[in-house]
Amino acid sequence: MLKIENLSVAYGGIEALKGISLEVEEGKIVTLVGANGAGKSTMLRSIVGLVKPKAGSITYQGKNLFAVKRHDLVKNGIALVPEGRRVFPDMTVLENLKIGAFTRKDHQEIKADLEWIYTLFPRLKEREWQAAGTLSGGEQQMLAVGRALMSRPKLLMMDEPSLGLAPLIIKDIFNIIRKIHSQGMTILLIEQNANAALHLADVGYVIETGRITLKGTGKELLDNEDVKKAYLGESVVAKK
Amino acid sequence: MMNFNAVFMYLTGMDLGTFLQHLTNGISLGSLYALVAIGYTMVYGTLRLINFAHGDVFMMTTYFAFYGVSTFMMPWYVSFILAIILTGALGMLLEKWAYRPLRDAPKISIMISAIGASFLLENLAVVLFGGRPKAFPSVKILTDSIQLGSVSIQKLTFVIPIVTVIFLVGLLYLINHTKTGMAMRAVAKDYETAGIMGVNVNLTISQTFAIGSMLAAVGAIMWGLKFPQIAPLMGVMPGLKAFIAAVIGGIGNIKGAVIGGFILGIGEIMIVGFLPSLSGYRDAFAFIFLIVILLFKPTGITGEKIAEKV
Ligand SMILES: Nc1ncnc2c1ncn2[C@@H]1O[C@H](COP(=O)(O)OP(=O)(O)OP(=O)(O)O)[C@@H](O)[C@H]1O
Ligand SMILES: [Mg+2]
Repeated sequence: MLKIENLSVAYGGIEALKGISLEVEEGKIVTLVGANGAGKSTMLRSIVGLVKPKAGSITYQGKNLFAVKRHDLVKNGIALVPEGRRVFPDMTVLENLKIGAFTRKDHQEIKADLEWIYTLFPRLKEREWQAAGTLSGGEQQMLAVGRALMSRPKLLMMDEPSLGLAPLIIKDIFNIIRKIHSQGMTILLIEQNANAALHLADVGYVIETGRITLKGTGKELLDNEDVKKAYLGESVVAKK
Repeated sequence: MMNFNAVFMYLTGMDLGTFLQHLTNGISLGSLYALVAIGYTMVYGTLRLINFAHGDVFMMTTYFAFYGVSTFMMPWYVSFILAIILTGALGMLLEKWAYRPLRDAPKISIMISAIGASFLLENLAVVLFGGRPKAFPSVKILTDSIQLGSVSIQKLTFVIPIVTVIFLVGLLYLINHTKTGMAMRAVAKDYETAGIMGVNVNLTISQTFAIGSMLAAVGAIMWGLKFPQIAPLMGVMPGLKAFIAAVIGGIGNIKGAVIGGFILGIGEIMIVGFLPSLSGYRDAFAFIFLIVILLFKPTGITGEKIAEKV
């Protein structure tokens, strides 16, 4: 569905991505884990055209994504839950959800999807009229996920949806991810919470300072000694 | 009523009728500032840019309307509507040619481009229309006076605020209750995320310029009717004052621009009315007021925090 090949990105002189390749197959959950500054967000920002890669290609359903305008991505079925949520703070929860469906014209279906989002996140329904900027961090994250879902994406990309959230909320968010995946959505999940992400994922990639260093099924990576040491620190400590 | 008038006169040194006349004048001047101020505030809200050419766009409207009536012999209302539409197009072209290429450049570059665009329009007007002032078409039905008791008031004094309110209501509806308005608010806050949501950012910025310019055009036409002498530099002072109105109200905030416009318009007329000896300093009032506001409330009356976009 999505294929990234030899992607290189540089900010000024600093190379953030040094030729990475990654593939997301339809219907799968693919996760990319890596430390701070490894280049995870840079990769997502390249997909949505927020940074201009130096080299490499990104194809989506056989199409060269660089030729697709940013505001047409969503029509092509690509949605992003950006790093740091980026909800529109002055708009209400409802408006934020509606802007997720900005390019859609099927009003009846939009209504139905709104109800669906509210069943996924009942908290959002309670706060329909609240300005998004006044929501708690966790609620904002739910809103960012809900907003992305409102476009009825084929490919949902999420940049660290668990960042800064309490363990209980993280569990909720991951449960939701599992749920929407079971309803047929393809997911590219970026996480530092490697443990949870790898448990969920069909395929995992490990990125280190701009290079993919490991690739495998979620389970393979969970069992990998290097991964354990570098990213699953907690469980190593737990075993002691 | 007589008694009240006497008390009022004792307190203010002005009789009630005169006061009301000043007030209506102030309201209509304030309406014009408000209409122009909205354009500054919308563009600032979206691009963090002070559109220095806005006053000159205002000036261009009056010439469009002038030539429509004089050269092309159109009925005044056709010419005025056409002038408003042309001004909207001019605003869009301004954005496309002078600002869009610099959108990712440092703020100072785009600011300089705005100043350049302003000079360009002013000098273009001199070359195309001549430096000598022209008479704005007069429209009797609007500029006639009516007799109210002992005072006669120009109909325009009422027409201006009414037209302004109609456009303001329309604008607020557009911004708050339509998809286009939602896109504008989204782009103003976070154009990257808006784009990812499927909002066409270039189109939305274009629309923002069109709307801001057209509101200024409505103001310009009424300005022309009220002060029927048009010249290439006529946009400078109203533009500057409307900008001050936007800053006073809290730049980036539409309601603030309207409030600022009215405060400035009413204040200016009242100063002259109450202290005729200061009427030579009429234009200075706006600047003094700006300084005072900035000293006590740097973010303007509506006091929104101005989050610096980097
Ligand atoms: N706009 C920018 N200008 C310069 N350098 C940047 C810019 N954005 C990112 N970088 C650098 O690129 C590298 C990769 O950043 P990126 O945001 O992709 O990391 P990340 O893997 O998402 O990290 P995190 O988990 O902390 O979000 C970092 O070294 C970062 O400092
Ligand atoms: Mg990141």
